[in-house]
Amino acid sequence: MKWQTVETKKGTRCRVLEGGSGAPVVFFHGAGGLLADNPFLDGLAQRYSVFAPEWPGYGDSTGEELLEDMLDFALHGWDLVEGLGLRQPHLVGHSMGGMIAAEMACLAPRDLAKLVLVGAAGVWLPEHPIPDIFAMLPHEIAEVLFVDPARGAALLTGGADLSDMEALKEFYVATQRRLAMAGKILFPIPNRRLSKRLYRLTAETLVLWGAADTLIVPAYAEQWKALIPGARVQTIAGAGHMLPWEQPAAFVDAVVRFLG
Amino acid sequence: MKFTWFNLMPWPYLPDDFRERHRSVWVDIPSTLYDPRKGHHVYHTYLDQLEYAETLGFDGIGCNEHHQNGYGLMPSPNLIAATLARRTSRAAICVIGNSIAGYNPPIRVAEEFAMLDVMSGGRLVAGFPVGTSMDTNFCYGQIPALTRDKYREAHDLIMKAWASDEPFAFDGKYNQLRWVNCWPKPIQKPHPPIYIPGGGSIETWDFCLDHDYNYSYLSFYGYLRGKSLLDGYWERVAKRGKDDSPYRAAFAQIICVADTDAEAERLYAEHCLYFFNRCLHVFPPFADPPGYRTMATVKYGALSQLTRARQKILENLTWKQLVDERFVIAGSPETVRQQLEECIKGLRIGHLFCLFHNGDMPDWKTRHSSKLFAEKVMPGLRDLWPDFKHDERWWVHPMDERIHPDEQRPGAEKKGAEWPR
Repeated sequence: MKWQTVETKKGTRCRVLEGGSGAPVVFFHGAGGLLADNPFLDGLAQRYSVFAPEWPGYGDSTGEELLEDMLDFALHGWDLVEGLGLRQPHLVGHSMGGMIAAEMACLAPRDLAKLVLVGAAGVWLPEHPIPDIFAMLPHEIAEVLFVDPARGAALLTGGADLSDMEALKEFYVATQRRLAMAGKILFPIPNRRLSKRLYRLTAETLVLWGAADTLIVPAYAEQWKALIPGARVQTIAGAGHMLPWEQPAAFVDAVVRFLG
Repeated sequence: MKFTWFNLMPWPYLPDDFRERHRSVWVDIPSTLYDPRKGHHVYHTYLDQLEYAETLGFDGIGCNEHHQNGYGLMPSPNLIAATLARRTSRAAICVIGNSIAGYNPPIRVAEEFAMLDVMSGGRLVAGFPVGTSMDTNFCYGQIPALTRDKYREAHDLIMKAWASDEPFAFDGKYNQLRWVNCWPKPIQKPHPPIYIPGGGSIETWDFCLDHDYNYSYLSFYGYLRGKSLLDGYWERVAKRGKDDSPYRAAFAQIICVADTDAEAERLYAEHCLYFFNRCLHVFPPFADPPGYRTMATVKYGALSQLTRARQKILENLTWKQLVDERFVIAGSPETVRQQLEECIKGLRIGHLFCLFHNGDMPDWKTRHSSKLFAEKVMPGLRDLWPDFKHDERWWVHPMDERIHPDEQRPGAEKKGAEWPR
């Protein structure tokens, strides 16, 4: 996989991790961004042309001031698809990325092939309030994201030694920048009324969930299934909210079976 | 110098083990700790103190806005100010202020502040804070990264509403109003003095200087720590070519006066420690949600609030530390006068927000300390800025023929039955 930079018509400059060959698959990351290692993307690249853009505010991507609300984010997603020169790609979105991919599909249901929502945000069930990721101490974040929080914390920090003040500062500043951006569509409740638009979806949809997801609990998978015409649900054992990183092989296998 | 008697209005019944049992005094503090029947007495005690401060000769009496907060019982400071407008007639009423990014639509603030200015006869000082992240983001649901943008728009709307003599349409990003027509309007023209409570961001300094507003640094950590921040502000003032009137700046300071230094410790230590150890016990993530501070400010002071060393200091405060580090200025009238002179001159401030009621301090001690201050400290500090004696740009300009409380009592004789011409 290698990085390239795409400039959108609106003026954002986004870094995109890309590789492989075959039908185009666009992977949209969640609020935490891509991590230092993303082995599931390598797995998908064995079979598809994989494109994993970073949202403005993440990594080297800039232009965050240009995106303020849900419509901006969704149109930005399509601007990226156009900037990459793709036609009818499969869209795979994780967490916040799933929320954006679903919104994109509501706006332009015929412009994508298939849709995969992985632990997607964007729907709110009052009986299962999602923990407030904007009000957590660093160690609490790993606890809600991963089945194995210790291993998860190492994945999140890319192995950086956070007892070193400079490393901690760098990590803190980058995290603040990422979540400031995510907050525009996730704060204070990650629900921008997507559910009233989902009736428009025509693409075949797979809803993938970590069986042990404690951030957005599996009850949400059933809610997505109820909201999206013809959607099917698959739950993967041994994974929490960070399913693609926690069970990359099972994740790739499920996506490949669905996309074909 | 102008002295404003300020009450945060803390809840005085937080349990001894509050810190151990609860993670935060703010946002998710258990509401079962509040008892409305006791609250009745608490409000009246605090309001009486504010009214008492006027009789002692304080220039202003002040209140502010907090939500879901165990040390600030004023979700609506305007209600507090409204009662003060009726029962006082001389002191400025300083509402510091309304967190305008959280009001929908913010024209409400233009209206209520105008009402307060009219009711008080032109005694309102109008504060426009961005609002703490606890209040504006976590309690009132505003998106952190957009809060400052929304704040600026709300400010523009309010100021235009006060300035305009014609109805106008306002097509904002966050507020669309086809007919803006503020009614009533404030007495003070072109508008009441505007105070901007702020922390250390350069953006706030420039905002104050762009509009010639007062910059108020409301810290609980005393003037020694406030010095570098105010130094930065004054550097900015000079760079922008503005005059250096000390009335451009205000500072908040906890003050405890007794007959002797030892007596001050005996009377006030436990209440100040209640304030620092219980009232300021805030879950750290509530204080810094991503996007609330600008990236420039985050990079500048990224870790100051996260370091274990700082957390530790705030966990185990003693009276000696409070006094040595000047979080609290406490002691005999002479001790307090000396330290306040150092504070006022060092920070170059023309307005002091004086915090006499602290934590769970009982009424009599609060009054004792306030009275000693008014009689034995304030006179010696009055004329610290002789060169700016007549600079009233940042103070209220009340109307002359205003109503006084004695004329308001039910059944009191009115001066003639007709409306004044």
